[in-house]
Amino acid sequence: MSDHEYVPKSKFGKWFNDRLPLLSLASHLTDYPTPKNLNYWWTFGGILTFCLIIQIVTGLTLAMHYIAHADLAFESVEHIMRDVNYGWLIRYVHANGASMFFLAVYIHIFRSLFYGSYKSPREIIWIIGIIIYLLMMAAAFMGYVLPWGQMSFWGATVITNIFSAIPFVGEGIVTWLWGGYSVGDPTLTRFFTLHYLIPFLILGLVVLHIWALHIPGNNNPIGIDVKKPSKDTVPFHPYIVIKDGFALLMFTIVFAFFVFYSPNILGHADNYIEANPMVTPAHIVPEWYLLPFYAILRSVPDKLMGVIAMLSAIFVLAALPWLDTSKIRSAVFRPLYKQFYWILVADVLILGYVGAMPAEGVYLLIARVATAYYFIHFLIILPVLGSKEKTIPLPLSITEPVLESSLNSPIIKKKESLN
Amino acid sequence: MKNIFKIIYLTILLLAAMHQVKAAEKVDLLKTDWSFKGLFGKFDRGSLQRGYQVYTEVCASCHSMKYLSYRNLYEKGGPEFSIEQAKAIAASFEVTDGPNDDGEMFERPAKLSDKFVMPYGNIKEAQAANGGAYPPDMSVLAKARSGGVDYIYSVLLGYEDPPSGITLEDGVYYNKYMYGNNIKMSQPLYDGSVEYNDGTEATQEQMAKDVATFLMWAAEPHLEARHKMGFKAIMYLIILTILVYFSMKKIWSRIESEV
Repeated sequence: MSDHEYVPKSKFGKWFNDRLPLLSLASHLTDYPTPKNLNYWWTFGGILTFCLIIQIVTGLTLAMHYIAHADLAFESVEHIMRDVNYGWLIRYVHANGASMFFLAVYIHIFRSLFYGSYKSPREIIWIIGIIIYLLMMAAAFMGYVLPWGQMSFWGATVITNIFSAIPFVGEGIVTWLWGGYSVGDPTLTRFFTLHYLIPFLILGLVVLHIWALHIPGNNNPIGIDVKKPSKDTVPFHPYIVIKDGFALLMFTIVFAFFVFYSPNILGHADNYIEANPMVTPAHIVPEWYLLPFYAILRSVPDKLMGVIAMLSAIFVLAALPWLDTSKIRSAVFRPLYKQFYWILVADVLILGYVGAMPAEGVYLLIARVATAYYFIHFLIILPVLGSKEKTIPLPLSITEPVLESSLNSPIIKKKESLN
Repeated sequence: MKNIFKIIYLTILLLAAMHQVKAAEKVDLLKTDWSFKGLFGKFDRGSLQRGYQVYTEVCASCHSMKYLSYRNLYEKGGPEFSIEQAKAIAASFEVTDGPNDDGEMFERPAKLSDKFVMPYGNIKEAQAANGGAYPPDMSVLAKARSGGVDYIYSVLLGYEDPPSGITLEDGVYYNKYMYGNNIKMSQPLYDGSVEYNDGTEATQEQMAKDVATFLMWAAEPHLEARHKMGFKAIMYLIILTILVYFSMKKIWSRIESEV
């Protein structure tokens, strides 16, 4: 794993390192050669790690006071808000932390899409990332159920009912998930258990994600392979550490504004009403970060097909390294892809917007068009674009952005042969 | 070209945000100046104390506040009654305690540690006494309605005669701001419904504002502490960010000079 042999200076250090090479690992992490041209969109990896740690620490603390029981959960949350020392702070950090986590992960994913970070040789990093994203959605959904408010209860009912779309065994699966004939106490208890478990699974996958990243090294805004270590790279410490740290602080300021000045703006007022199986809220909406998928689910008239469309919308991402046939990574050198990229960003935002609106009339029409475009982007535009697009010649290296003789670059050669 | 798409995308974002705001507030809620909004927002002590008076004299006969304790009334950041006043308020309520050593339940005056006494024993009893409608618990009401305190303030002042063509069932009232315009609570506040101890004139607007302020505090008892800490935390973060920015420039200047 290390790029050069690390030998500890002290005798004890050497003795220890021979048995467990933790010091070699630390040396690898600090010296890790990183492209020097990384922009601030690359700082979200570190920010996401911070988010995960914040969620785990605040979550552990909340779990010490929370009671996972249908009759007591809502009250125990109010107990945390009122009587636990700084309980309000811990809970608001945790609740808004989930939103911040998703904000960061969406920026992280769209950065990957723009700069082609999912392409060879980084497919495994990308796929692990998609699994992390799936687990995040599961954790966030179950976490939203725990306060046992109206949206918790009815959100859980709607989402678990998705499984009833499975032919023949669907109803049985839903009953099995609920642990009863409706969402109730057994559902809450198991959701709490899983909500506690998933972050640690994510943590493990994050280690794999970073490990897989450290094999080829970071992609960069220009998207060309970087010789490492060379004058194109800087050691991770202190250069990237301080830059990530600066970006993280900026992010924390935004985070703090939400926590201290509008802690409930991203939530739904109905979730401060205790769950009541006899009263259905006027509109059942998931948290904002799940809205695009909710829109896709509702845009298909058939329930089973809707579920398939929603799941495909996520799984199509996992196939992205093979759907995007262009050999050029960065959108900077792909003038057409760049435009389609921004259309996709707008498309996902529109999906999110209509996901929050009632599924009728013009909203349903928009949702259908946007859903169709989402799949067209990944399944038709990207594969075709790879062979049709006229790309801009790549520079030879990061430090020589001025093109000298593009034909020396192996990537360019491949590109030429395609035309 | 890049700019065109950025513009398109920003426009969509803006439109979406605007539309959402419009859709969420079909009826413009009544606005009043709340002292607790903004970076340094604090509750108006007098308003909270008057609000508590309105709550006990008007609302409490039907609406419970089960998550509040009498001790909250003297705690910092709230109405801040003196501890003696809070004790006296608590003692004016009877609670059932027990069982005692003889195995019997008994009545005693409430203490500071007791939760607010509820007007009804259970939800069914509350419904039976109110024509089938359950008067919601008011502990977190200010956070449980979109529009928050503005909505509560508006509903309290939104009673009017139904427009022609709309006939209401018995025990249902017309309210301009209530969802669906039908409300089962009769107009609770009239000018002079309570007589304020501090001499403030008890107009409808004044009482609505006071009780809404009280409900906001009840829903968010640590709001003042949150605002105070938020300002400190954000100032600290901004200063640290500036220092880290200059450290970053210094460190990166080693590299950039080589290029």
